[in-house]
Amino acid sequence: MTDFGSMLFVFVLATFIGLGVIRRVSRLLYTPLMSLTNAISAIAVVGSIVVTGADHPLTIRILGAVALFASMTNIVSGFMITDRMLKMFKKQ
Amino acid sequence: MHLIGELAAVLATSLFIFALYWMNDPKTARRGVVAGVTGMTVAVVTTWLQPEIIHHGWIVAAIILGFVVGVPLSRVPLTAVPQRTALSHAFGGLAAGLVGTAEFFLWTGEAGGPHLTPFRLSALFIEVILGFLTFTGSLMAAGKLQEVRWIPQRPVTYPGQNFVNIGVLVIAIALGVLIVLNPTAPWAPQAFIAIAVLAVIFGVLLIIPIGGADMPTVISILNAYAGLAAVAMGFVLDSKLLVTAGALDGSSGLILSIIMCRAMNRSFTNVLFGAFGKAQPALASGEQKAWKQETVEGASQLLDQARTVVIIPGYGMAVAQAQHKVRELFDALTKRGVIVKFAIHPVAGRMPGHMNVLLAEANIPYSALVEMDEINPEMPQTDVALVLGANDVVNPAARYNKGTPIYGMPIIDADKAKTVLAVKRSKNPGFAGIDNELYTLDNTWMLFGDAKAVLADLVKQFGSGGIH
Repeated sequence: MTDFGSMLFVFVLATFIGLGVIRRVSRLLYTPLMSLTNAISAIAVVGSIVVTGADHPLTIRILGAVALFASMTNIVSGFMITDRMLKMFKKQ
Repeated sequence: MHLIGELAAVLATSLFIFALYWMNDPKTARRGVVAGVTGMTVAVVTTWLQPEIIHHGWIVAAIILGFVVGVPLSRVPLTAVPQRTALSHAFGGLAAGLVGTAEFFLWTGEAGGPHLTPFRLSALFIEVILGFLTFTGSLMAAGKLQEVRWIPQRPVTYPGQNFVNIGVLVIAIALGVLIVLNPTAPWAPQAFIAIAVLAVIFGVLLIIPIGGADMPTVISILNAYAGLAAVAMGFVLDSKLLVTAGALDGSSGLILSIIMCRAMNRSFTNVLFGAFGKAQPALASGEQKAWKQETVEGASQLLDQARTVVIIPGYGMAVAQAQHKVRELFDALTKRGVIVKFAIHPVAGRMPGHMNVLLAEANIPYSALVEMDEINPEMPQTDVALVLGANDVVNPAARYNKGTPIYGMPIIDADKAKTVLAVKRSKNPGFAGIDNELYTLDNTWMLFGDAKAVLADLVKQFGSGGIH
């Protein structure tokens, strides 16, 4: 099991990378940026899959399945609407 | 298998970073979606292949349901993108809250509670509180944006509101601390449920005092919360991938919140606890200046004689779905040799970048979309500023009138143009409930009516040959 310290380390570094990359994002694209980061943070799907699919009591797995559904909805709609919006900017 | 999992996580993380990196230019941005989808697929597949996953049917069912709901949600009209975004923050928060709840009951059910370390439990409470408050807060925001009937549009305030809000949050945190100190206490599950309920209530209380004009900031803050909830989930589940992806989302929300706050000259706390848009005491300004109304014919003549026109769109354009008519006017004017630009205020509309997306949908070249800071030096040389459903972002009172809630907010200098044409739906003040001094200036002419209808009439004037 990873220790708390190295997780914190990853968090801080990832935040700095995030700040650095996001600051350079074109101002034209803030709306698609939000839907894209939303889809990416739906990586929570990974946690939901484990809770839903492992050999847990029924109530736990129901919680997991609802979470999985919510994350999956975000992934599908997030990526699709981002692409739909970006297509409009590319046409020119 | 463990090594493959780690490698897949590193690959997915790198792809996510590239996805955001490519968003720095509209030309490369679509690559970002491909990178994001690839990263997500890698992460899902390697997780699913773990040997401990045995109930595949449930996973398949939940994924199919996610597609069934997600695909229609991605096809909403672009004017509805703010509420879709708020809804997706709600889903993100819900997922974090539910996974946190599931983990809590799994851990407390284990003999001896080997997972119940103070650090992990603290992360779990942060996950659950952030998750559930983002869930209901974002649902409220989505409801306000969608103008659902039973959710009040105007800010709801009452005496002691901030005291109540902070009180609810403090009780939830205090209960969390109690459980961290006594994780195996018999009352722990009840206390946990109380925390979840308090977070759900807090989310609602947090959003009811917030009005439409503050939505770009609020959506950005909720975005940051949803990201942080995912980070906390990463700490709980011991997943670096989750921590990284959540941190990317959180930092994006943070940066957008800062930009939105700056564009309104307000602080985070002021947005969340300041209740913008309260009916303000009428300013005792001596004489009431009158509007000068212009006809469509007169307006089209003004536009036709102009060499440079700057169009300033606002939420009114989105409400009227007028972006395609804007495009027709843009074409008509450009054909006559008029230089047309669009001045985009960072908080115009209901979410960051809202106006850009609507205008791009109408095929307006993005080179014509100019940021506030770049367009303002050009405003004094502009012949006509056409204000289209924008209000507070062009109100000159923001520069000097300390009595208005928008004092200090940077504005687009529409008033400095030689002539101002303002299209306005009604004679009422805007969402923030503030009188706009721009409308009564000597060089301002008003066009009253629905933005789409007014533009259609204008375009017709050009097309019918009424102007030569």
